[in-house]
Amino acid sequence: MKLENVLAAKGSRIETCALTDTVRDVIARLKAANVGALVVVDGERPAGIISERDIARAIDGNTDVPSLPVSALMTHDVVLGEPGDDVAAVLDTMTANHFRHLPVVLDGRLVGIVTTGDLVRAELDTLRGHVVTLEDQVMAGGAE
Amino acid sequence: MTGLPLRVALIGAGPAAFYAADHLLKQAPSAEVDMFDRLPTPFGLVRHGVAPDHQKIKSVVKGFAAVAGDPRFRFFGNVEFGRDIDLAGLAAHYHQVLFATGAQTDRRMNIPGEDLAGSFPATGFVAWYNGHPSFRGERFNLETPAAVVVGVGNVAIDVARMLSLDAHELAATDMARHAVAALAASHVRDVYVLGRRGPAQAAFTTPELKELSELPNVDLVIDPAEAALDPLSAAELERANDPVLRRKVELIQALAGRPLAGRPRRLHLRFLVSPEELLDDGQGRVGAVRVVSNELVASGTGSLSAKPTTRRETIPAGLVFRSVGYRGVELPGVPFDSRWGVIANTAGRVCDPASDETIPGLYTAGWIKRGPSGVIGTNKADAVETVAAMLADAAAGISLHPSHPTAAEADAYIGSRCTRPVSFADWQRLDAMEVEAGARVGCPRVKFSSVTGMLAALDGEGGPPGN
Repeated sequence: MKLENVLAAKGSRIETCALTDTVRDVIARLKAANVGALVVVDGERPAGIISERDIARAIDGNTDVPSLPVSALMTHDVVLGEPGDDVAAVLDTMTANHFRHLPVVLDGRLVGIVTTGDLVRAELDTLRGHVVTLEDQVMAGGAE
Repeated sequence: MTGLPLRVALIGAGPAAFYAADHLLKQAPSAEVDMFDRLPTPFGLVRHGVAPDHQKIKSVVKGFAAVAGDPRFRFFGNVEFGRDIDLAGLAAHYHQVLFATGAQTDRRMNIPGEDLAGSFPATGFVAWYNGHPSFRGERFNLETPAAVVVGVGNVAIDVARMLSLDAHELAATDMARHAVAALAASHVRDVYVLGRRGPAQAAFTTPELKELSELPNVDLVIDPAEAALDPLSAAELERANDPVLRRKVELIQALAGRPLAGRPRRLHLRFLVSPEELLDDGQGRVGAVRVVSNELVASGTGSLSAKPTTRRETIPAGLVFRSVGYRGVELPGVPFDSRWGVIANTAGRVCDPASDETIPGLYTAGWIKRGPSGVIGTNKADAVETVAAMLADAAAGISLHPSHPTAAEADAYIGSRCTRPVSFADWQRLDAMEVEAGARVGCPRVKFSSVTGMLAALDGEGGPPGN
């Protein structure tokens, strides 16, 4: 299965913020959209990603965090996926490298974001699909 | 809408539509389901996609027939959305409409020569040999000694196998009789199946490969050098710790070392090669395929993709089938997401691609929702997700608010738009005729492969199936 199969039923909205936004803006947006991370965009190009975890870590002992610009906390060197990437390989990489949100680009343009939750669910549905198919065949008792 | 019927129109009659109907009828005692298909026959790709020598996979239709036996279910075959019925008409008669129309077109290779005579989408060949009425007039150049199949998914493997079986083997299946006759006269002796990546990335399953290796009149040819894993694939296999994948790679490598038995046909399973150009034979037909060898490179996410090298070769072949992916087809009035070739949706709720706002009362399931992926059973979880959204919306009063929400009014609408809808009882009569005709010649069924033939048989004016 490819990342595009996961993106296909996720709608077209991608939660983003601008490089110039403050962390306060980001927190409000994370809350309103009920998501765990925003892609930081510079035009249509992803420039980084900021997650709840980035903010939680920065806030430790630092009360000025909400007024900081996003660029001060975001991950700059963000891993980007492509629609044709294999879900299983991507999931292995995200698990091994401890990141949970992956922006997906097509010809340099941001086209979606997938989470480890999306990918685990897709893999699980695939495996369940095989079980359903095999069980249907066994129960129908059809001859080869 | 507690206590009131929830009237649902399902467009399409393949596995996703039947799994959705099943779940709707079980979960909502008030639900009434009308299922529409443009063909007189139900079951979508189970009838017109699954290979004719894989009858066990087709046994899933027994469960679908049980769903159709529910008194709250009706089937209207030979009724096409966009031709006979439309969104405005359905919105006037149903609370909800679910689209499960599948992925009806193939992706192109986008290489020079792709439109030469002799180059076809594999889907057209599959539909032709499975008796799809829209494809019975297709003609394939089976006088050529060699054919190339591009892709290593299950459709590509099916096509290669159908090109390699003997006439008596084909005749014992439910393959359309016109295809059995054409393939019996085939001159094809060498079939080349081209995978752009390596053994560890091939989409076919181990049982499919084992089946190829056991065909009595076919030598399966695999180059040991192409079966060997590159370091990236070896590392991926190690990391994934997936016994199913490991078993497949081990079988490929075991088969690659096997001596050839001098059988009359050969099936060449190739890895790490991509077609670059289909070469003209001088008469506007495919004469050969120029392929380039690939190496695998890892992207930032760890996914391995094929990168062309400088090594090229030419495979003489007069017939090429591409099986490199499928796409859904846009339906009139239904928002489409052209990036993925699906109906624009969020977890099965149809939405406006510009605003992402969901459109009340419209839903989607199966390949037209998520793109072509998975096996038949994958559509069950997919359909269950969509039906959960439908029932939640119905409970919240979100629906199309039809002005004519009764079965009788829907009947009148359908009757005014289509001269001969085919009911499930009608289909069961066609099914019985097909099975009876099959029994006479020693195969599971002889299919009707024309709509006029089916309608004439139903009305007592037609000949037997297979004509």
